[in-house]
Amino acid sequence: MQEIKNYTMNFGPQHPAAHGVLRLVLELDGETVMRVDPHIGLLHRATEKLAESKPFNHSIGYMDRLDYVSMMCNEHAYVRAIENLLGVEVPERAQWIRTLFDEITRILNHLMWLGSNGLDLGAMAVFLYAFRDREELMDCYEAVSGARMHAAYYRPGGVYRDLPDVMPRYAESKWHKGQDLERLNEWRNGSMLDFLDAFTDDFPRRVDEYETLLTDNRIWKQRTVDIGIVSPEQALQWGMSGPMLRASGIEWDLRKKQPYARYAEVDFDIPVGSRGDCYDRYLVRVEEMRQSNRIIKQCVRWLRANPGPVITRNFKVAPPSRVEMKRDMEALIHHFKLFTEGYMVPAGETYAAVEAPKGEFAVYLVSDGANKPFRMHCRAPSFAHLSSMDTIVRGHMLPDVVAMIGTYDVVFGEVDR
Amino acid sequence: MTATDPVPHSALAQLLQARLGARCARIDEARGQTTIEVLPENWFNVAMTLRDDPQLQFEQLMDLCGVDYLSWGEVEWQGDEASWQGFSRGVEGAGPGRFSWAGRPRPAHVPHRFAVVAHLLSIRHNQRLRVRAYCADDELPSLASLVPVWPGVNWFEREAFDLFGIVFEGHPDLRRILTDYGFVGHPFRKDFPLIGNVEVRYDADKKRVVYEPVASVQPRVTVPRTIRDDSRYEQAQAEAKARDGK
Repeated sequence: MQEIKNYTMNFGPQHPAAHGVLRLVLELDGETVMRVDPHIGLLHRATEKLAESKPFNHSIGYMDRLDYVSMMCNEHAYVRAIENLLGVEVPERAQWIRTLFDEITRILNHLMWLGSNGLDLGAMAVFLYAFRDREELMDCYEAVSGARMHAAYYRPGGVYRDLPDVMPRYAESKWHKGQDLERLNEWRNGSMLDFLDAFTDDFPRRVDEYETLLTDNRIWKQRTVDIGIVSPEQALQWGMSGPMLRASGIEWDLRKKQPYARYAEVDFDIPVGSRGDCYDRYLVRVEEMRQSNRIIKQCVRWLRANPGPVITRNFKVAPPSRVEMKRDMEALIHHFKLFTEGYMVPAGETYAAVEAPKGEFAVYLVSDGANKPFRMHCRAPSFAHLSSMDTIVRGHMLPDVVAMIGTYDVVFGEVDR
Repeated sequence: MTATDPVPHSALAQLLQARLGARCARIDEARGQTTIEVLPENWFNVAMTLRDDPQLQFEQLMDLCGVDYLSWGEVEWQGDEASWQGFSRGVEGAGPGRFSWAGRPRPAHVPHRFAVVAHLLSIRHNQRLRVRAYCADDELPSLASLVPVWPGVNWFEREAFDLFGIVFEGHPDLRRILTDYGFVGHPFRKDFPLIGNVEVRYDADKKRVVYEPVASVQPRVTVPRTIRDDSRYEQAQAEAKARDGK
């Protein structure tokens, strides 16, 4: 009799469906997965160790590069940790701006997820549409911070600067001219808030478009319904958070349960799934985009009506304005001391968590009273989610592994740190 | 609880004291976050109680990481006197992340060097808790694995093992996770140099990648001066106190 053995297959790290640098060692019986061993760390940059040798503010830029699809949410966790230890008050307007940009980031992340997960499972068109919309939100990133992705916009005590009065417009070029240029600049005649107003009015229609493409799509449902079911018990055991937890039927959202910034004052709902399969996670994320859109609208309304300072006047933590520096000796000294030495954070430890698009992103910060962190640890949602891979995927077919990697929404910047 | 510790007043702290009793060595409630310290031998059974007690019910372990308390509160180099050398003085000094393996300092004033910190979340009661245990042995730090309590801790413990060399007894699969295949050392220990020990390059003669001692970069400090006690802050605190008092 012929002997039949399982065989081992290598998947990644250079595989388009591996979402970066994931390497899986799969043990297969035919096409059925018997065991998965994810090998991570190919993108390990020792961010946490680097932060230990730098003044606190220098590491804000590293935060963008952890989960490089939800940049400002990572910054938010980090600056909240510092603010918590320092006891710095954040001006109300800055908190609203943070709420606004956290939600812009959520839409950015979910669009990226929708597009790439669609691409993994054979839906090419969604990817192109999703990137069209991402472009507009990235323009908002660029308008406030000057960078499309790695913004370093949140600072301890507030945000770097106020929202711009003018939304940057496309210039005429070989590629953008005539009617095309007019269409691109149609929303860009006023401020950034006007632009966001126009965007939020239009965005639900676009989400409907995505849903037309996918929600009742036979192939999409075949690939996602009843695939990778995560029971509520499993979701808790494996430390899942965010959409992974909610799709399994557990109503938990830090924005509601432990509100930070101005989430207590905005009106939104938490979508919850019932089966905990890939399809439910898709539905939850799509609904989250609609809810984020609602929150953005409310933030825009508040920000229009209430001008004010966007960063603390505590010059030990945030620099004084250039104008003040030129007039006032003390402001100049503060500026010099801040940029040469940074600020000292009182000894202690804190754990600051935010509801990042992928789940609970948190920074555990330990200070020994110096002007640099003693220990900084980032709790990355993707890391916890990916660790459950073996349990969830066992017994599925090989193509379902791809569906599962997609639905975990892993980004290796934060898994490997 | 020792006599010097403040009396815990929050409901959670009182509950923890009632449930854990002597197993809880210390409770701290700074900045609205509750921290308990347990002895390493109680690590596992405290975790079981925290998960299963109906009034505590910490169903989720959100985070677990190692901390190396070597060089806590030490300055990298003293910058009190002016010098023509400027920042390059910092290169010579023995500071965390920059000293050589042979010349690494020994922890003198820290009772235990390594600690493991876990962050728990109770969804039922909407509560968070930080649990810390210091590993008894500095040379071979070890602690019981929590995988039977929360399976999700698996990778977090592998990470702490990889980066700090903390051994988790009873872990089903304690391998390195973030560092390279065949990596030597535990890079997040304070006595591991920031620039690393080996660097990698492609050797055209051997036609393969080779590892060599680091030569292409110099150890540098990016913090110009480590400062702790500064009169500016004391003054600001005094002013704030005076304002609050009015």
